[in-house]
Amino acid sequence: MAVLVIAQHANAALAPASLATITCALEIGAKGGGEVTVVVAGRDCRAAADEAAALDGVAKVLISDHGMYENASAEALAALIEPLAVDYGHILYPATTYGKNAAPRLAALVDSQQVSDIQAVIDAETFVRPIYAGNALATVRSKDAVKVITVRATAFEKAAPGGTPARVEDLAPAAADGLSRFVGAEHSASARPELTSARVVISGGRGMQSGDNFALLEEIADQLGAAVGASRAAVDAGFVPNDFQVGQTGKIVAPELYIAVGISGAIQHLAGMKDSKVIVAINKDEDAPIFQVADYGIVGDLFEVLPQLKAALAAAKQG
Amino acid sequence: MKILVAVKRVIDANIKVRVRHDGSGVETANVKMAMNPFCEIAVEEAVRMAEEGIADEVVLVSAGPGPAKETLRTGLAMGADRAIHIVTEETLEPLAVAKLLAAVAAREDPGMILLGKQAIDDDCNQTGQMLAALLGWSQGTFASKITIDGDTITVTREVDDGLETVALTRPAVVTTDLRLNEPRYATLPNIMKAKKKSIDPLTPDELGVDITPRLEVLRVTDPPAREAGIKLDTAAELVDKLVNEAGVL
Repeated sequence: MAVLVIAQHANAALAPASLATITCALEIGAKGGGEVTVVVAGRDCRAAADEAAALDGVAKVLISDHGMYENASAEALAALIEPLAVDYGHILYPATTYGKNAAPRLAALVDSQQVSDIQAVIDAETFVRPIYAGNALATVRSKDAVKVITVRATAFEKAAPGGTPARVEDLAPAAADGLSRFVGAEHSASARPELTSARVVISGGRGMQSGDNFALLEEIADQLGAAVGASRAAVDAGFVPNDFQVGQTGKIVAPELYIAVGISGAIQHLAGMKDSKVIVAINKDEDAPIFQVADYGIVGDLFEVLPQLKAALAAAKQG
Repeated sequence: MKILVAVKRVIDANIKVRVRHDGSGVETANVKMAMNPFCEIAVEEAVRMAEEGIADEVVLVSAGPGPAKETLRTGLAMGADRAIHIVTEETLEPLAVAKLLAAVAAREDPGMILLGKQAIDDDCNQTGQMLAALLGWSQGTFASKITIDGDTITVTREVDDGLETVALTRPAVVTTDLRLNEPRYATLPNIMKAKKKSIDPLTPDELGVDITPRLEVLRVTDPPAREAGIKLDTAAELVDKLVNEAGVL
């Protein structure tokens, strides 16, 4: 058998989460899963397919370059992948909104009980996944003939180029069902790094009091080359858009440095960031749960601390 | 249009779960249970559609042991019209639930099925997508806005890089995200009224669905603990620690 990875990409390049998913696939492959094939479906996505082919360990790339796959429709993608499933023991997607949307649709079509959001591979049929917002870890074994899996990107290194480039083969598009039509998208444009792959993340919570006050975080983010995130409370309050949300139902991040500002540390927020290497909390409530996971904490008014932090960072840069 | 809403009974979102010492799962005995928060949002959306005259009937479905009835009763008190309780003591996985719901959908013939995007116990985020696949319907996941115009259901979806809008042809499956609405609290008169609404029992056998679990849970453990660090007095001290001790700047 073999392992199939359904790659999320932005045509010109693979998504960072896809690189982590490919590493996970190679691990499953080495533990008996077999060779790794990567599917790149999209429109004008040749560059992403070539990138996948150049990754160390990837045996084959299947490209389906067609307008039908331009907007990552789960319906179209499942119809494309279903006929391939007989040749693969594992089919992996990144556990991003792309993969979360698409994977279960395929899993049902191939009568497989999907294993969501795995963070470790014990062997080719046994995986570790978080449940209850990461407050428990379940080790589960799947005996399904085709194991459909989504992969937590922060738990695996990104695959790197190397070795002999894999062959890239064309995959014919499947018939369209026409049930769903893409209308449009509002993507948040930002010059800052992407939240899930940034080395440093600075997030604001309800304590920020308004969306305008996020400018204080943005200034520091620009000093540090950081991404800006938010707690659910800040998103619900309308301070920032939904794609800023870090947490159980938002984005899972694990940067080198995570700075939580005015965030109390609700379980569901901790679920999204507690695997960060170093956590800093700035909060005026010294009993806030965020301090229980923070390596460094400052108890104080964020409106006083943030300008001081900005000045201290500027001084450190000069010194 | 009839709307079917699937709801799940889970450990209350405000309870901190405890892993059982024998690693068999998390402690559920004497723990407060509630409707999964995402399911509440789905019920609220369906009830609002009924209030606006878009839906003519809102039917709830839940699968699980006896107390699932309480969760259905909660949804009826929010304004749903009637409920179906698929009674089973078995552990239910998302694929089995999707098959049960598909069988109910075949009987009920709804124009739309609403579900929460994920349950906060197993965090699977699968059932709605699986149900759409089994029925051969389109899917609109992680909805923050739903509008209905004739046979078209337009869904604004919360995705990793912002928002995306898809137009689905009815019937379709839609799963709810946090910003879709704020669920109401049931009022006392509505709680009383809900007691008179019907909850029809069904079994997996009657629906012709094999619910045998596919996954074997080998063990459930606590995640690695993170220890509280140190408190600092100034931002300058913090920067010094980040540079010289943690080495992350």
